[in-house]
Amino acid sequence: MSVRVAFASRSSRVGMALCVVALLALATAPLWGGRDDLQLLSQMYAYVALASLWNLLAGYAGLVSVGQQAYVGLGAYLLFAFAILAGMSPLSTIPLAGIIAAVVAVPVAGLVFRLRGHYFAIGTWIVAEVFRLLASQVSVLGGGSGTSLPASVVIAIASTRQMRDFVVYWISLALVVAVLALIVLLLRSRYGLALKAIRDSELAATCNGIDVIRIKIMLYIVTASATAMIGALIFLQKLRVSPDAAFSVNDWTAFVIFITVIGGIGRIEGPIIGTIVFFALRQTLADLGTIYLLMLGVVAILVMLTAPKGIWGLIVERFGWQVFPLERRIIVDDRSAASGKQHPPGHR
Amino acid sequence: MDWINVILQGVLVGGLYAMFAAGLSLIFGVMRLVNIAHGDLIVLAAYVALVTTETLGIGPLASLLIVVPLMAAIGYALQRLVLNRTLGEDLLPPLLVTFGLSVIIQNGLLALFTADSRKLQAGNIEVATIRLFEGVYVGVLPLLQFIVAVAVIAALQFIFYRTALGRAFRATADSQSDAQLMGLDNRHVFALAMALSLAVVAIAGVFLAIRADFDPSIGPARLLFGFEAVIIGGLGSLWGTFAGGLVLGVAQAIGAHINPGWQILAGHIAFVVILAVRPEGLFPKVRP
Repeated sequence: MSVRVAFASRSSRVGMALCVVALLALATAPLWGGRDDLQLLSQMYAYVALASLWNLLAGYAGLVSVGQQAYVGLGAYLLFAFAILAGMSPLSTIPLAGIIAAVVAVPVAGLVFRLRGHYFAIGTWIVAEVFRLLASQVSVLGGGSGTSLPASVVIAIASTRQMRDFVVYWISLALVVAVLALIVLLLRSRYGLALKAIRDSELAATCNGIDVIRIKIMLYIVTASATAMIGALIFLQKLRVSPDAAFSVNDWTAFVIFITVIGGIGRIEGPIIGTIVFFALRQTLADLGTIYLLMLGVVAILVMLTAPKGIWGLIVERFGWQVFPLERRIIVDDRSAASGKQHPPGHR
Repeated sequence: MDWINVILQGVLVGGLYAMFAAGLSLIFGVMRLVNIAHGDLIVLAAYVALVTTETLGIGPLASLLIVVPLMAAIGYALQRLVLNRTLGEDLLPPLLVTFGLSVIIQNGLLALFTADSRKLQAGNIEVATIRLFEGVYVGVLPLLQFIVAVAVIAALQFIFYRTALGRAFRATADSQSDAQLMGLDNRHVFALAMALSLAVVAIAGVFLAIRADFDPSIGPARLLFGFEAVIIGGLGSLWGTFAGGLVLGVAQAIGAHINPGWQILAGHIAFVVILAVRPEGLFPKVRP
């Protein structure tokens, strides 16, 4: 008799197959979609990535940050600074923005980790405000009113507008796939096991020898880095940056939190479902303007009060599905047949 | 003389920040809830005062008689109907729900009053000044605002430590289950704490609205000022929170005096420095 740990289940095999099909369809979107479709899809990728990263912080490590716009804006400003001041190709500055954001996140973590729980949340927000106010003092990048990417820099991406759209689209897709893959691999590693232990009980995790603070700080830095790269890409598409847009708490944190909570916090599928719901609502109700945002707030509150695990949480409770092979199950192989004992679904 | 004036103005504005902070501090102390919508509720109070003064034709200070009880009632209902359901071990539900509330209030005010800046007119008192000595003047209104802030903190201190209600607050803060065993209804106690918090918010909102222009988007910044005052002063101490408000006000005044663009930044930097060198705050009672 042998015992092994399996990640995949029948639903995750179906899920991964669907993911591959979807990925192929999305990768070929420039062939079948118009310019608007590509822009909409790119925006959705950015939100899936931002929400997945926020979910990793809040859903797994219990680090509820309302200041991730600090890194979105930092990435955006780094891209514009390198492109305008150093004349670098905007595409090559994206990884550079990630590295610099990781370096910046180290002292920031040292500061905000002095605050706990709710206070950590507001502390991160103040850090983001400091970043915003500092950005508006940088006069070479337009100060408070911001600046545009010069035409010469834009042309450096690709010579035609269509090709530029394609390149930026594919990079957006590649980045969201990379973020999701990183999260899946992280959660399947021993660090992932530690994170899930922390999510379920910090005390029990500490008792089992997990260095909780070290893992949290590490995760904070990794998310900051990835968030900055996404921020850089978002504003490469907009071609214009300003402190208020780049460090917007509504755009880069409130919406991201609503997406994660509506989709299902603490599950990797949650942000994807949440983004689809968010954009479906936006496409149908955006004409209502402020009323739409008001309704979004109401929906988020109702979901939190009535179904705190979100849409995907309800699905997992009902059907036990998982799209990504993450759930560890112990399979006990008999000598004769491969009949296995399984844990009940829903425990991941 | 110049600097004396700057610091004096900072101290007087600090009183307003202390009022922003006191309501926040009270709620956290009693039920471990950080109300992200706190700043937006201050702005809501300002708009309630605006409507009250315009429809009844009374002055902003007289409108306090209506705004304070109204905001307290809103606070009681909000806690009883919504926020009590979010309290528990998990810190995400209260945070998310108050975040949602913040978005709702902001956009609700935007839909009703547009993004135009508004201001409460208090008449002659706005420009009246008192000469302290040669070259140093204080406005009557900032002075009044400061005196009210001292009175609010003193009143909260009295309620907290000298009354049956305060005893109930402290008991629930120490142990919810023990308080319940002693016959306290936590849901009611929490709702009263939120009512008291929003009564302070109402006073702060009216003074904010007299002092400067306001529009639906300025709430979050007021939340951050209040929060910074709480952390600078040290958790769990009302007079500490008051001192925190003054430190923040002075830091902002000094920053603004050097360069108008640095006002808010200077306040944030003061907060960051305190957090770095003395994370427990200036006058702590409990560790953060």
